[in-house]
Parts: sequence; structure tokens; C-alpha cells
Amino acid sequence: MATTLRPTLPGLTTSLGLMLLAGAAALLLAAPVRRPAPAFPLPQTAIVPPATLLHRLDGEYSRAGRPVDAPRVTVRITQPLEIMRYQVSAADYARCITAGACKRLDSPAPRGDLPVTGVSHADASDYATWLTRETGTVWRLPTDREWAHAAGSRLVDDARGFDADANNPAQRWLADYEREANRKAASDPAPRPVGSFGANEHGVHDIAGNVWEWTQTCLRRVSQDAAGRTTGETSNCGIYVVEGQHRAPMTFFIRNPKSGGCSVGTPPDNLGFRLVRERSWRDRLPAGLNRLLPA
Amino acid sequence: MGQGLKMGEELKLTRRSILAGAAATGAIVQAASAPAQAQAVMTKASATDIAKLPRVKPKLVDPPFVHAHEQVATGGPKVVEFTMTIHEKKIVLDDAGTETYAFTFNGTVPGPLMVVHEGDYVELTLINAETNELMHNIDFHSSTGALGGGGLTEVNPGEKVVLRWKATRQGVFVYHCAPPGMVPWHVTAGMNGAIMVLPRDGLKDGQGKALKYDKVYYVGEQDFYVPRDANGKFKRYASVGESHEDVVKAMRTLTPTHVVFNGKVGALTGKNALTAKVGETVLIVHSQANRDTRPHLIGGHGDYVWATGKFRNPPERDLETWFIPGGCAGAALYTFLQPGIYAYVNHNLIEAFELGAAGHFKVEGEWNDDLMKQILAPAGI
Repeated sequence: MATTLRPTLPGLTTSLGLMLLAGAAALLLAAPVRRPAPAFPLPQTAIVPPATLLHRLDGEYSRAGRPVDAPRVTVRITQPLEIMRYQVSAADYARCITAGACKRLDSPAPRGDLPVTGVSHADASDYATWLTRETGTVWRLPTDREWAHAAGSRLVDDARGFDADANNPAQRWLADYEREANRKAASDPAPRPVGSFGANEHGVHDIAGNVWEWTQTCLRRVSQDAAGRTTGETSNCGIYVVEGQHRAPMTFFIRNPKSGGCSVGTPPDNLGFRLVRERSWRDRLPAGLNRLLPA
Repeated sequence: MGQGLKMGEELKLTRRSILAGAAATGAIVQAASAPAQAQAVMTKASATDIAKLPRVKPKLVDPPFVHAHEQVATGGPKVVEFTMTIHEKKIVLDDAGTETYAFTFNGTVPGPLMVVHEGDYVELTLINAETNELMHNIDFHSSTGALGGGGLTEVNPGEKVVLRWKATRQGVFVYHCAPPGMVPWHVTAGMNGAIMVLPRDGLKDGQGKALKYDKVYYVGEQDFYVPRDANGKFKRYASVGESHEDVVKAMRTLTPTHVVFNGKVGALTGKNALTAKVGETVLIVHSQANRDTRPHLIGGHGDYVWATGKFRNPPERDLETWFIPGGCAGAALYTFLQPGIYAYVNHNLIEAFELGAAGHFKVEGEWNDDLMKQILAPAGI
């Protein structure tokens, strides 16, 4: 049985093919170092300059065992905040679903230019993870404080404005109920195209429209003594603060809020979100220095 | 058998002997007066007798409110005239904008609560609006004969009919539309309401003590069956006729898509929450013309409850939840003792919180620490 060592034409092509494949693989492996720009427009953002806020803290406060409004304190924000001008739209979110990185929604919006609604904290987090991967820059949910900062003059202070009669806890329940009932009566819950509720002084749109927004702030419960000194604090990271026409605690997996305890409250109309872009070390350098660095 | 005999004997009592009994002991009056009253209302009046009766014409109001009425009747029996116009109309069932065709007595789901006294005559003018597509009628569970009046009240669009019947039984009763071949469709399209036939001397606690209410609310619970398309979305139809086949299919699943109070999810909440004050006594009349329900007042009770709604039976006391079978109305009397927000629900809580069968009471007044006090506010362990 003779064996021929003469290279055949098919043999040559195979070897060449293998070499090319190896090259392509090397290129692919190298690719994550510099990712191509995503095939969709980057989210429009607004830069909210540093400021000192008079901020009503998040959380449920009690003083001497009775519920009170959370204290309003001075908060210094030292870095500019980069935040999406618009809430994430249904079309934006659909790309994440197509990519297999976000879960399908129970009732997708009929139009892409509507804000995405019916999303849970988990859904919003999935989207942030995907967008971060696609753009190579970190996107995340804002904290309650950041959201308030971006909301600017559109922020709704949801203090009841009175500390109820110490002997009658029902006054607060009735006041809450009344406030929520008035809000509901005055608003149409049907989502409108992004931008419909207009921009604030920072160019951030639709703050306190009819879509409430998830934050990454966990629900806190703070006990204070009669003098206002904090005596205890608990935090529950299964429940997050949602911001909008009022602040509401919301369990992380809820997509469509219903009423509160024993169902006597009025829930947010819709749940959506917008993200902040985490500023990299490079963003923090003075502009002149930044220009000297390679792109 | 023995009971029947006893009833017969009591019916033979003359008015004079009852009065003599009254002088002897109060207890006998209580025992004997009910059948005696039954006898009085069962007495057949001639057309001339009825013609002589005073006539009143209360103006019906939309639920949950109830037209002005006396709790204790002054004077003898009357002819009480009501007029209701039937409207077929599209209604929105929830905040998501789900639509359905409702068939309504007087334009509302449920139809208005009528109030008369035992021995009164109800004279109803029923108008089927010209704009409607279907024939309708009315079956009063409180009336006697002709399928509750249904057989004598079939009206086509653009027609009217007048029916008179005698209120011989005390209690709250359902009325509903019952057109041949289409009864459940009409009833589950909201075409039902209730009538309250009060004892002439007012409500009693079962031991002779009079019961009065400061307010009365009428809650009509309704199960709806809205068809869905292939994607699970609720369908809409251009006309009543087009919806019929799909709706019947949805009905046959016996799984309602909505169970609501007063025609819409949240109809008795927020700006339209029911109100009361601490110390006020409220009578809640609750009807469900098609399906069982189990009302419950979260944070309160039923002080006196006629779950099946018939006032000749003694009320049950201190109930937590009461059962009203489908096709029945019930009544519960409660005096509010604490301020706050109360949820009034069908205590199948899935029906209450997922399908809509919940309303709210807003109650103002002084808090009673003796009844309840928070000793330690929630704090870290």
C-alpha cells in the first residue's frame, strides 16, 4: 500500500482555511479590548451641576414611637451628575429583550416612543447591565438623592406638612389617603411619549409625570427619640424607593403596583426608570489633561 | 307541619286579642305581631281599595347612594311609583381601559336601590330606550308570580311597560333582567339591582329592640367576563350583537375577568370612597345577582347582619364575614368605633385585590386607645 506525500489541492485549501480561522479567532479574542460602538444611538444625557440641596431624606421616620415626616437636611453634591434626559423608552428596552439580556414584558407598550412601563427593579437592573456591556461605560439606577438632585424644581416634596395628633394615628392615614386620592383623580395613568411632560432646568424630561422611576435606594426605617436623635435604623433591600409624584416603597419584583397595606392606598400609575452614567476616572480629569490622553 | 299549624292558629288571632296580649306581656306581642302583619299584607285588596291609597314618587339616585326614605313608615300602605329607563352602553371596567357592553337599569351598574315598606305596592314604569338593540324585562325576587314580573314586562327598544306588585315580604332582594334565552348574559352585563322592603315599624334586633341607621349605602357586586384575543388582550366590539358569542364563551369558563363593586374596579375608592364618622351607624346593602360573595369590613365587623337579607329572620351578631349566595342581597349594620381607612371587600381576597371587589370607607373621629394602641412602633430587633 503506497502512501503519497504529494500535497493535494483540497489539502492545501484546508490548511489555509485553518490558518485563517486561527487568525480570526485571535482577532475575536482581542476584540473585547476595544469594543465597536453599539448599533444604536447612545442615550441622551444631561449633566446636572454640583449643588447643595435641601433634601427630604428617604425612609420612614418615627419620633418617640409615632410616624413623622422625614427630616429635611442640607445635602452637598460635589460631582456633576450625568443622567438620561428621558426615561428609557419601550424601543430602547426592546433592544435589550432582542439581545436576550432583558426579560419579556407582560404587556409591551404599543409604541416604541412611550416610556417602558411594567418593569420591576430586577428588569431595570438587567437593562443597566446590558447597556453597560454594550457601551463599555457604567450605567446604573440613581440613588434617591441623585434622583432628587436631577429632578431639580420638579421634585415633589411629599411631606404631609403636619405631625398628626399624637393621640389619633388615623389622622395621618386619612391625610395620606386624601392626598393619594386627589393625585389619582387629577392624573390620567396612560403613558405618553417620552418628553410629553416637558423638561426641567437641567434638561431632564418627564420628572413626576405619570411614570414613577426606580432608584437603587433601599427602604430605611429610622427611629428617633423625642429630641430627634436617631436611636435605631433598619434597611430592607428587597424594597426600593420609587420616585415620581410621590415617593413610594416598592418590592423589587413588582412590575405593576397595586394598592398598599390591606389595599387602602393609591399606587403609582406606572413603573419605569432612567439611568445615570457613572463618570469614569477620565471624566474627572480637567478637560485640558483629558485631551492629551489617547482616545 | 307543626310549624304550619301554629302559623295557622296565630293567623286566626284577631287584632283585639293581639292588643290584649300586648297588655299582658311584651314578649307575646313580638311573637304574634309578625304573622299578624303577614295576614294584613296578604289580605286581598280590590282595585278600588288600591285606587284609594296614597301615591308617592321617590326620585331614584345612583348607587352607592339611596333615595330619601322613612325607616319607620308613617301611615298605611302606599303605592310607590318608580320609573327606570334601560340603557345599553359601553362602560370602562378598570384603569387599563378595558371596555364592555353593559345593560343597565337607569344607566348604572348596579341599578338603583328602591326602598318601600312591607304592604306597599311597587308600581314600576320600565322604559326600553329607543337607542337600544335588545328586548329587556325585569324579574323582582321580592314579587310573586309571572317569573317575578319578567313575563309581564318584556319591552322592546322604544317601548315602555307598567307593572304593579305588592311588597309582601320584608328584606333586601335582587331584581334583574331575565329575557328568554339570554338571562345570564344580561345579568352579567350588569343588568341587576336591589329593592329593600322595610318592616313598617323599622328594623329590629330580633329581640324587639329597634335598630336605626344614620346612613345607607348600596354596594352591587358584579362579575364580568370579558373575552380575550389570541394575545391575551381584552377584546373590543363595535356592537352588542357582535360581542354576544365570545362573551357567552367567556361566561362558560365560570372564571370572571373582573369582580367589581358598583361597575368598575375602584368605583368606591379614592374620591368616591364611602364616608362615615365615628359613632355613626351605617347599613350596607350588598347584592350579587349571579355569584356567591363573602363581604368583610377590614378593621370592623357586622354588628347585625342579615346575610341572606330577609328582615323577618333575626339578624346575626358580631360577624367577621358573611356569606351572600349568588342571586341574593344581604344587609349589614355597623356602628363605626375608630377613625381611619377601612377596606370593604369580598373576602375571597383574590377577587378583592386582583379582580376588583373592594371599596373603602373613610371614617373621621376620635381614636380609641382602649380598643387599640401601638405599644412599640416597628423598630430594629
